[in-house]
Amino acid sequence: MKRIIAYLKSLLLLELFAGLWLTLKYLFRPKYTMRYPMEHIPQSVRFRGLHALRRYPNGEERCIACKLCEAVCPALAITIDSAPRPSDGQRRTTRYDIDLFKCIYCGFCEESCPVDSIVETNIYEYHFERRGENVVTKPQLLAIGDRYEKEIAAARAQDAAYR
Amino acid sequence: MTPAHSDVFIFFLTLAKILAIAVPLIIAVALYVWWERKVIGWMHVRMGPNKIGPFGLLQAFADVVKLLIKEIVTPTNANRFLYFAAPLLAVIPALAVWAVVPFDHGVVLADINAGVLFLLAMTSLGVYGIILAGWASNSRYAMLGAMRSAAQVISYEIAMGMALVCVLILAGSLNFSAIVAAQAGHKGLFDWFWLPLLPMFFVYFISGVAETNRLPFDVAEGESEIVAGFHVEYSGSAFALFFLAEYANMILVSFLAPILFLGGWLSPFQGWHLGWLSQPGWWWLAVKVFVFATAFLWIRATFPRYRYDQIMRLGWKVFIPIAIVWIFVAGCLRYFGWVTTGH
Repeated sequence: MKRIIAYLKSLLLLELFAGLWLTLKYLFRPKYTMRYPMEHIPQSVRFRGLHALRRYPNGEERCIACKLCEAVCPALAITIDSAPRPSDGQRRTTRYDIDLFKCIYCGFCEESCPVDSIVETNIYEYHFERRGENVVTKPQLLAIGDRYEKEIAAARAQDAAYR
Repeated sequence: MTPAHSDVFIFFLTLAKILAIAVPLIIAVALYVWWERKVIGWMHVRMGPNKIGPFGLLQAFADVVKLLIKEIVTPTNANRFLYFAAPLLAVIPALAVWAVVPFDHGVVLADINAGVLFLLAMTSLGVYGIILAGWASNSRYAMLGAMRSAAQVISYEIAMGMALVCVLILAGSLNFSAIVAAQAGHKGLFDWFWLPLLPMFFVYFISGVAETNRLPFDVAEGESEIVAGFHVEYSGSAFALFFLAEYANMILVSFLAPILFLGGWLSPFQGWHLGWLSQPGWWWLAVKVFVFATAFLWIRATFPRYRYDQIMRLGWKVFIPIAIVWIFVAGCLRYFGWVTTGH
């Protein structure tokens, strides 16, 4: 008897019509598509994108060449050389390279930094056009920091309570 | 007018009629591809093509241009003659069959009295294109797809033919216009053949989906198993011809289901005295065709692919027995006059 009922059920295509009804309901659902270049997904202030080196308000670079970020970097993407600065003998970096191909954007460098110098900004729309451009150098990182200092500072301030 | 002149005149008149059907058909195929991608996109909660032209309408035409300017790659070991004959063999019957399809009362290229037979013959010819494509490509995938397709189409043609026999028993004619005329009456949509032949209506449409190798019966293509099946080695305009044939056949099945079972261009409110709503007209056929064409896409978006043995079981052990029983039922309906046809 059970088999007969199951047979009749499959013969009447009941489950198939249930499936059709489901897809029909989905037909009229609002769509999830984000029309990317025109629309953007809302970002968290903790978003980890392109790196930047920050300066103090008086223009002095924050980085003190402690090399904690280089040590903590799990992908060995950061390379730092340091020497006393000729002008005043302070310990500063002479080279600060980040290989963006190696970087996994984990944010450890940012967390390890005692002076909030190396940060990850919320910039994620960037590209390289030539071989070697994937290694960003100190002047480039400082320039990014100068250009987006306002956004970076605002994001840090918003997240400060949780750090 | 001399006889020679009239011959030339008839030739060009026929040519014009053929173009009047073939060109809108090809445009309809392009729009149908666009509609398919839209509907499936919506059912996946996506948007579908929306960049080229308003609502992405020109997407299909852009794809056509892309396909036509692409290189046709021929496999080294392919049988070149059959390799290029196959897409033609697929597309010619798919277009020729439209000669007997009526669009409204009297609006048909060739109003022959054995239209259904012509149609069955032409749709069967389309299988040769697929088999030859699979064989001539000299590829394992193509061969597998062709064999699957041939077995499947032949199996389902039996069930489909039997469903047509039921319609013929009730209508008493092989002419499509006469079949539609036999569904005229005063009880609106309850005069149509779908009611006495309800199981056959489903058998016909599902067989039609299987005949056109569409999901969930697309084992001939089976992207996840045999790449693209019979047309895996085809590119450019040769592939475009297979594509055109497949979609023309889908539209054909969407035309035949309303003509055979849902009263063609007859109004669903015929005889109910609702003014223009009760009048027959091509627009009713257009609405019905649109519904069935969309049903193809709806089914595609809903069901996963059948396994090969399940397809065979459905065709031979379910559809054909039902069809045989219903031929008997249709005979009884006709013999004892339980169904009145035509007024």
